[in-house]
Amino acid sequence: MITVSINGSSHRLPDSTCVAAMLEEMGLTGKRIALERNGEILPRSLFASQQLEDGDTLEVVTAVGGG
Amino acid sequence: MDDNLIIAGKKYSSRLLVGTGKYKDFNETRAAVEASGAEIITIAIRRSNIGQNPGEPSLLEILPPSKYTLLPNTAGCYSADDAVRTLRLARELLDGHSLVKLEVLGDPQSLYPNVIETIAAAKTLVADGFQVMVYTSDDPIVAKQLEDIGCVAIMPLASLIGSGMGILNPWNLQLIMERAQVPVIVDAGVGTASDAAIAMELGCDGVLMNTAIAGAQLPVLMASAMRQAVEAGRSAYKAGRMPKKLYSASPSSPTAGIIASTRG
Repeated sequence: MITVSINGSSHRLPDSTCVAAMLEEMGLTGKRIALERNGEILPRSLFASQQLEDGDTLEVVTAVGGG
Repeated sequence: MDDNLIIAGKKYSSRLLVGTGKYKDFNETRAAVEASGAEIITIAIRRSNIGQNPGEPSLLEILPPSKYTLLPNTAGCYSADDAVRTLRLARELLDGHSLVKLEVLGDPQSLYPNVIETIAAAKTLVADGFQVMVYTSDDPIVAKQLEDIGCVAIMPLASLIGSGMGILNPWNLQLIMERAQVPVIVDAGVGTASDAAIAMELGCDGVLMNTAIAGAQLPVLMASAMRQAVEAGRSAYKAGRMPKKLYSASPSSPTAGIIASTRG
């Protein structure tokens, strides 16, 4: 198992979990989101191929109302 | 005659830009945005609510990028780094969209801009290919520096964010406008329709507001009022107002042909 931080909270995931599988697990598949991994943008096109690693810090964001 | 607002080479017929925060629900947000006539609307970037309300519509479904020019902001950022990261996420979220609103705040109480961090972020973002509309103080020197960095619009405050205090320093706004070669858009401080009209009469290229509409008792009606105020103020600016004088020896009605006076 690996431990990753997603939007500030800690999650335990199986080894070799790809980003797309993590998003599926979080109920975010098909949602319009953007993702930052360890401070760098991770393009959507890489979600299926990129595997998460122990200690990764992820930010998953969307658009909300604001001024 | 066309009187378009041109930002980064793109024409807009509305000079009113509106935020999408603080509404009671998405229906009110949509109705207010429609009533305002705005074509450019600001949005915020926030963490997804993981696993919560999976069926809930998203803001981008209510206000689609096909219909509006979305202007992602960096509200809530207190450092250049956080602002840059937020806008890189926004660009990814909006499929490469590069027009953004940069704001880096100085403290959570006043929400006054931190111009040092703002300048640092503007340099990074412009170099990274963003088209930056920048919220700043009404300091004309800072405004000029932000323009020289390559920002596509300068957006000084009229008074503090959410204060509704109106146009507190029209003289500084005039100094900024006199020097600027890019649009100057008053961002923050407008409280009611007359404030928006005054900003436009001063010669500002546009007005950006959120709380003045969302915080009104009837937001949709206020959105309509703001649309009219911005249009009226723009027309008055272009028409050129009469000079002010203490009194006039020139009445509006003819001085000849007045009937005989019965007084002596």
